Amino acid sequence: MDFMIAAIITIVGLTTPILLAGLGELVVEKSGVLNLGVEGLMLVGAISGFAVTVFTFNPWAGVVGAAVGGALASLIFAVLVLQLNSNQVATGLALTIFGTGLSSLIGVNFTGRIVAPFGSVFPDVLAKDPFWKLFFGYSPIVYFAILMVFVVGWFLKKTRAGLILRAVGENDLSAHSIGYSVIKVRYMAIAFGGAMAGIGGAYFSLVITPMWAEKMTAGRGWIALALVVFAGWRTGRLLAGAYFFGILMALELYAKAAGFSFLPSQFWAAMPYAMTVVALAIISSRGTAGASAPACLGKPFTPST
Amino acid sequence: MSISRRNLLKGAAAAPLASMALPAFAQEKVKIGFIFLGPIGDYGWTWAHNKGREAVEAALGDKVETIYTENVPEDASAEAAIRDLCNAGCKLIFTTSFGYMDQTLAVAAEFPDVKFEHCTGYKRADNVATYNSRFHEGRAVLGTIAGKMSKSGTLGYLGSFKIPEVVLGVNSFALSAQRMNPDAKVKVVMIDSWFDPPKEAAATETLINLGCDIVTTHTDSPAALQILEQKGLYGFGQGADMSAFAPNAHLTAIEDIWGPYYIQRAQAILDGTWASTDTWDGMAQGEVVISPYSAAVTPEAAAEADKVKAGYMDGSFDIFTGPIFDQDGVERVAAGVKMTLGELAVMDWFVKGVESAS
Repeated sequence: MDFMIAAIITIVGLTTPILLAGLGELVVEKSGVLNLGVEGLMLVGAISGFAVTVFTFNPWAGVVGAAVGGALASLIFAVLVLQLNSNQVATGLALTIFGTGLSSLIGVNFTGRIVAPFGSVFPDVLAKDPFWKLFFGYSPIVYFAILMVFVVGWFLKKTRAGLILRAVGENDLSAHSIGYSVIKVRYMAIAFGGAMAGIGGAYFSLVITPMWAEKMTAGRGWIALALVVFAGWRTGRLLAGAYFFGILMALELYAKAAGFSFLPSQFWAAMPYAMTVVALAIISSRGTAGASAPACLGKPFTPST
Repeated sequence: MSISRRNLLKGAAAAPLASMALPAFAQEKVKIGFIFLGPIGDYGWTWAHNKGREAVEAALGDKVETIYTENVPEDASAEAAIRDLCNAGCKLIFTTSFGYMDQTLAVAAEFPDVKFEHCTGYKRADNVATYNSRFHEGRAVLGTIAGKMSKSGTLGYLGSFKIPEVVLGVNSFALSAQRMNPDAKVKVVMIDSWFDPPKEAAATETLINLGCDIVTTHTDSPAALQILEQKGLYGFGQGADMSAFAPNAHLTAIEDIWGPYYIQRAQAILDGTWASTDTWDGMAQGEVVISPYSAAVTPEAAAEADKVKAGYMDGSFDIFTGPIFDQDGVERVAAGVKMTLGELAVMDWFVKGVESAS
């Protein structure tokens, strides 16, 4: 029992950052924009959150700082692709390179420092209890991530604003012709995506390893991107997919530590991407409209008038 | 200093970008280049190599100039990075990770006038030397402390890749722990990376969950120590003193001291006496240093560790002395026989008591 609880806690730790970043990217892509800069945004969020926490001694402020940092960095991308109609794929890749460099630059003065880990805020009787820590032993960011899955799901499906966002992503010209500001909607979606990626990055620098190290996200932004596709742009599946990926990552480590060598470790490392390809194949073969990519994904918005 | 025209032309032919490096040729100082695996701020492997570079600057700064490239992957792109340093006019280039071995030799063949030093490799050429540290001597000290202090008798080893350097570390750690506690087991996880803090953290949690109460790291970030700190368990720093990241969990660390070797080799270039050699120094030469023990290290463990340290300093102790059994219980080294450095350099099997996936 204790063994399972500890394993689940590891899985939650592996899952939460990709869930946050994936959720942000899902909203961005639903608005018709493909932002491949998630990895860079996570790094900017990680250093922003860490820096703010060092100065304020307040991890809550750090999380806000991470969200603001991620959103600001994503707005650079937004100006380029929305205002100047630059290629979204190339600009997104450039954003990752930029974010990696910017975070390293800011981080020079924060290397070698530590902050108190942003752990559970519940009383120790729950947070440290051998059983109840399964539910109460996590950083507030973990609960925030799960809550946001439902908030985003509700927003996209049930609210008028969510409907407009989806309309912009499916058919920008139609949305434009009936009077919605495509550019404004996409700006907000990109900023939200940046903020969520930033908080995902802060989970590394404030919760898992409360320190700053260059490139500390080590490729999790790319897994988040694969996750959005794997989930077929649906929030419920994103939650399930994030935990599925998290379980795969934990399985790799447990298989190795337990001495199983029936599969090479590279197989496990490739699994999230391989599963994404399989999911894509299934989605396209079934041809269900609801689970396919937004129609305007990656295309610049160029109204004739 | 001596900039040969041949080299200059070769550089220009190899890459159009060489012209960008031309202004540098005007300088008088001898250039020394470094290829680094991680960021210099990793507080581990690359950080230690960069300290060595700074030591060269401090000692010979009036005669040499150092440049470096960090975050160089261990793939084909390393060749381009090494070539860039050649084209920038470097006379001596240190490539500081195992994975640069073939790339170093390939570029060395193109630039016969440039001298190369490859860290932890085993392939040499007329202008390629190799150097390494006997980290396993330090691992023997850590294993002694871990074997003495572990309550569960199950120790964790967070590794990167199954290469000789890491295999030696695991075996030295395991054999040393078993000298203190014959039943000690070592569980190994290789994470297929030198630097991946989230994965290092998750792997450490996994090892703890499987019963390890002390985890040592052979990857480059302090992530494992931070997890151990949060759990109230113990571990060791790798490459540098990492106590700032985990004041309670950090028992001691293996510090890599590259400075003296780098200064010696840079001086050889200045004197024109450089030759391709294979250097494998350890504690006795001051290349492997054990950080001060923390207050948590028990007096008994400290005393045993000091004995191992002293044994390596005066050459009276070597953990790789038989009998040594492999994982299947087969005797691989007979009683009283010492493994040679040549045998150690290619060791690819784990000793008894090591639990690993491969």
